[in-house]
Amino acid sequence: MRTLNKTILYGLYLDEEILLEAVKEIREEGQDIWDVFTPFPVHGLDPLLGLKESRLHVAGFVYGMTGTITAFSFMTWVFTRDWPIIFGGKPYFSVPSFIPITFEFTVLMAAVGMVVTFYTVCGLGPGVTNPTLDNRITDDRFCIAFDVTGKTKDEINNLKSLLEKTKADETNIKDI
Amino acid sequence: MSAIVSDIRPELITGNKTYHQITEDICSPTEQMPDKYWVMIFLFVLGLFGFGAVAMLVTIWFGIGTWYLNRTVGWGWDITNFVWWVGIGHAGTLISAILLLFRQKWRTGVNRAAEAMTIFAVICAAIFPLIHMGRIWLAFFVFPYPNTRGPLWVNFNSPLLWDVFAISTYFTVSLLFWYTGLVPDFATIRDRAKGMRKKIYNTLSFGWTGSAKHWQRWESLALVLAGLSTPLVLSVHTIVSFDFATSVIPGWHTTIFPPYFVAGAIFSGFAMVQTLMILTSISIPQLKNYITLQHIESMNKVIVLTGSIVGVAYLTELFIAWYSGYIYEQFAFYNRALGPYWWSYFAMMTCNVISPQFFWVKSLRRNLVVTFILSIVVNIGMWFERFVIIVTSLHRDYIPSSWNYYSPSWVEVGDYIFTFGFFGVAYMIFMRVAPVVAIAEVKSILKTSGDQYVKANREHKEESHSH
Repeated sequence: MRTLNKTILYGLYLDEEILLEAVKEIREEGQDIWDVFTPFPVHGLDPLLGLKESRLHVAGFVYGMTGTITAFSFMTWVFTRDWPIIFGGKPYFSVPSFIPITFEFTVLMAAVGMVVTFYTVCGLGPGVTNPTLDNRITDDRFCIAFDVTGKTKDEINNLKSLLEKTKADETNIKDI
Repeated sequence: MSAIVSDIRPELITGNKTYHQITEDICSPTEQMPDKYWVMIFLFVLGLFGFGAVAMLVTIWFGIGTWYLNRTVGWGWDITNFVWWVGIGHAGTLISAILLLFRQKWRTGVNRAAEAMTIFAVICAAIFPLIHMGRIWLAFFVFPYPNTRGPLWVNFNSPLLWDVFAISTYFTVSLLFWYTGLVPDFATIRDRAKGMRKKIYNTLSFGWTGSAKHWQRWESLALVLAGLSTPLVLSVHTIVSFDFATSVIPGWHTTIFPPYFVAGAIFSGFAMVQTLMILTSISIPQLKNYITLQHIESMNKVIVLTGSIVGVAYLTELFIAWYSGYIYEQFAFYNRALGPYWWSYFAMMTCNVISPQFFWVKSLRRNLVVTFILSIVVNIGMWFERFVIIVTSLHRDYIPSSWNYYSPSWVEVGDYIFTFGFFGVAYMIFMRVAPVVAIAEVKSILKTSGDQYVKANREHKEESHSH
């Protein structure tokens, strides 16, 4: 199991609408949220948390283009340089019949590349065990977490009352 | 802020569910011992698998001489089954990718099972060209790898090679898409499990935590994969149709094949989804709250649309054969409809063109018994469509002295049964170990499509109208 060596203070909320209000309030108070955990993607959360748009699709485009160029130039090399063969009297460099494989390879590279990138940047993968705060987060609880490593008791109590004020159902501290 | 509930869209989740109940309903089948119906069906498909495995061994051990293919009819049940299974796979991708792009919320109830169906169906499909090669242990020859024979490359101009790329890409992308969707749901099961099960599901869940940034990337990934899968799924059956359309056999050599094959694929795939969904919700009754009559009706609408497209394509083919003025083409179609295989043409026309027309009637679209029977009829019809295209176009070729009649050997039938057995076993196991409905995705539509919210919105609207 991976450990982060952090002390986390977290509050569990019962509904995503309460969570969104809470995130908004906490951000207005100027407090830094370490992370928010939800059982499903909550729309409208990213701008409130100040998360930038994911650049995964840019990576996907780059992988896709790599696939396009690789497939097309490889077939061109095979049929015009390495081993030219005449098929049915057609030219060696017969672009239309290269298109299907070029397309399939583009999609393959883009998809595989993006999925690998996704798991890598998220730190997920086979055999990875990330510390979790509460088992109900993947069920029906919405969690706001603060990193309170090395913070004083007053600061922690302050954050705790902020969580309670924003209608957290329960609060807890956990070393992960 | 509160979720926006549509005034006209019907509810997609019934039974006044909370988030926790959704988790409970969908995870519980994986945590309990299966009921006796499940065991009975499982033993049945296991029997098919066992019998089929014998036929497969015979095929591989003795070679495809054990089939009744001959010089005139070189493709028979094998390629028929290949095209049929690939076609079935298409519905899963259509539901998970195209309906995601169109923001159709009803996809969330059926996408997981439909994608599983896609993956198992594509495996079944791939078996047939592999065993047809004869020496299955040399199947890797189809890939362009640097070899000691020159290197002698594969023929990139051949539609059969395009098929290799299309099917392997399709399988890989579908598998990645499906698994990425499963990861958060495996985490849900993990967090409920104890002991050994927790370890297994922990590995399967890849260490998912549900962090906001991860969800953001997950959604971005799903959207781009959907965008990639949409042209991919259309290209796969297009390329399968090129196997025929780029040849010079009358009856195959037609430009209408790509769209007609794609429509047929979606048609048969949705029929298979209906069959599976109805059986799944008999075995797991609480799923009726997530796979409602609304879902069944939506899929029946797709079936009537694509079935009618296929019907139009059949008639267009007949018209063009006559209009071409080309006697070989005319003979191919005359022979198809009125030759020795007239019965397969008749079965195809009845099952594919006439039977889905019942779905114009709303009460039949929402009737489970009718849907179940027609879904099987449609798949019988779609199998006959491929049989008609392949066998009737081949069996009377250019030289009347080599005309032939083809019927399969028990080994060919057994190979087909093998794929049914494999498909059944794989799906039955999937039903017990993985969430059959996408938990996270269903939760994300609860506030807009749950019956309690839809009803409250409707009542509220009615009140404000009466004032």
